[in-house]
Amino acid sequence: MIDVAVVAFTQRQEDAISGESEVEFMVPLMEQAKASVGLTQSDMGFTCSGSSDFLAGQAFSFVMTIDGTGPVPPISESHVEQDGAWALYEAWVKIQCGGIDTAFVYGYGKSSPGSVRDVLATQMDPYYVCPLWPDSYAVEALAARLMLEGGHVSENRLAEIAARSRASAASNPHAVRTDPKSVAEILAEEYVIDPLRPSDLPAEADGGCAVVLAAGDRARELCERPAWIRGMDHRGDAHTLGVRDLTSSTSTRLAAHRAGVAADKVDLAELHGPFTTSEHLLIDALGLDEDSTAVNPSGGALAANTMMASGLIRIGEAASRIWRGDGDRAVAHATSGPCLQQNMVCVLEGD
Amino acid sequence: MSPEVLQAPLVLEYPFTRSTGPVIGAFLTGLRDGVICGIRRADGTVLCPPQEYDPLTAEPLTELVEVGQAGEVLTWAWNGDPRPMQPFDRPFAWALIRLDGADTSMLHAVFAPSAAEMATGMRVRAVWRTEREGHIADIAGFEPVPPGGEE
Repeated sequence: MIDVAVVAFTQRQEDAISGESEVEFMVPLMEQAKASVGLTQSDMGFTCSGSSDFLAGQAFSFVMTIDGTGPVPPISESHVEQDGAWALYEAWVKIQCGGIDTAFVYGYGKSSPGSVRDVLATQMDPYYVCPLWPDSYAVEALAARLMLEGGHVSENRLAEIAARSRASAASNPHAVRTDPKSVAEILAEEYVIDPLRPSDLPAEADGGCAVVLAAGDRARELCERPAWIRGMDHRGDAHTLGVRDLTSSTSTRLAAHRAGVAADKVDLAELHGPFTTSEHLLIDALGLDEDSTAVNPSGGALAANTMMASGLIRIGEAASRIWRGDGDRAVAHATSGPCLQQNMVCVLEGD
Repeated sequence: MSPEVLQAPLVLEYPFTRSTGPVIGAFLTGLRDGVICGIRRADGTVLCPPQEYDPLTAEPLTELVEVGQAGEVLTWAWNGDPRPMQPFDRPFAWALIRLDGADTSMLHAVFAPSAAEMATGMRVRAVWRTEREGHIADIAGFEPVPPGGEE
């Protein structure tokens, strides 16, 4: 295996970015990421992006953003209709294939012009489920009741996760839900959709992020303490809700095993749990001990959840803490689909 | 003051049709006729709604079987503020419902007067639309079966 590290990361997340198109807000972010390690687009061996044409409401919308990278002379690039974390996975595989030692990865989404809660109904089965338009909160609420009534979690535990996210997010300038609330205050909230309360839901945001990957000695030249990717894997559960166990994340458990999460201590974990219920399942599936692992020091997706970028932001948040020496070994996780359908696990280490 | 955002109508259109195939097509045709179908897996269990391939083993599935029109609520969520295009314009419950004769659940709406009338494990039965066209919404939703009530 070729050693690959995350060496640069920039992000922007706001509750709504109005007056700027995706390309307009991504160009400065992409330039800052490359400039922070003294590189330009022509230094990149490969470029890969994650975004959603469906969300943008325009076919091939991602091509305009590729134009924003400055792809002249022509570049080697690819795009995934997935969170940018999956674009990073493709770039990591591309580096493993040999011949290049740098890659540029970005992800972005702008969901504020519509109601993302309703838009996400369209990711469900097109014949059996989508025509009924169950919104994403409703779908997660079905899993939440199974977890609560089955004794897998308590409402108090969910409120503790929400309170921790709010407290951590207070020091994150990119978080959009930062007002502190106690467990008692959260438990006093009215249900949005019984049994989920406002603090159980993702804090929807617009924005994006950009990451530079580098291999071996190139990474050491560019970064004082590179965040080495020691293991990475992604797996999926069945699409149909009715055929899988919604009180457990089988695919996360499998990806964690293959990425080698349990091989050593985990100092910190950045988990893409859009709901408090999802974060609870992820902590369990990854086998994390919250006494020794700082979970979501950024606040996580409960503090800012930018469609198509939130997973890649978890990798960037974890890597930047390795650079700063906040920890030596981190786990980053990305998800996609209803009720944690697809999951990626990435283990990062400093030297 | 935020800058003015230019707006223009955009109508997404899909100007094509797609065959629903031998399994999904059979299920939808069944709905038009007031029948609910599942499909048998190699281990004898029944998936409802039916899938063309086993979601765990990826084996092709072909043995369609009729299932009951009543079943059990495995989980539910109270939707106090229905959104446009959802099955009902008054508060209702979403539920995963395991129909009699099936081993998996389907997502649909339950028309209950309030959350207090909902409980995991309760019995519900399908309410059919009179005009049916081979669509999941041919089942208008499910209604609670009163204890001892006729199913």
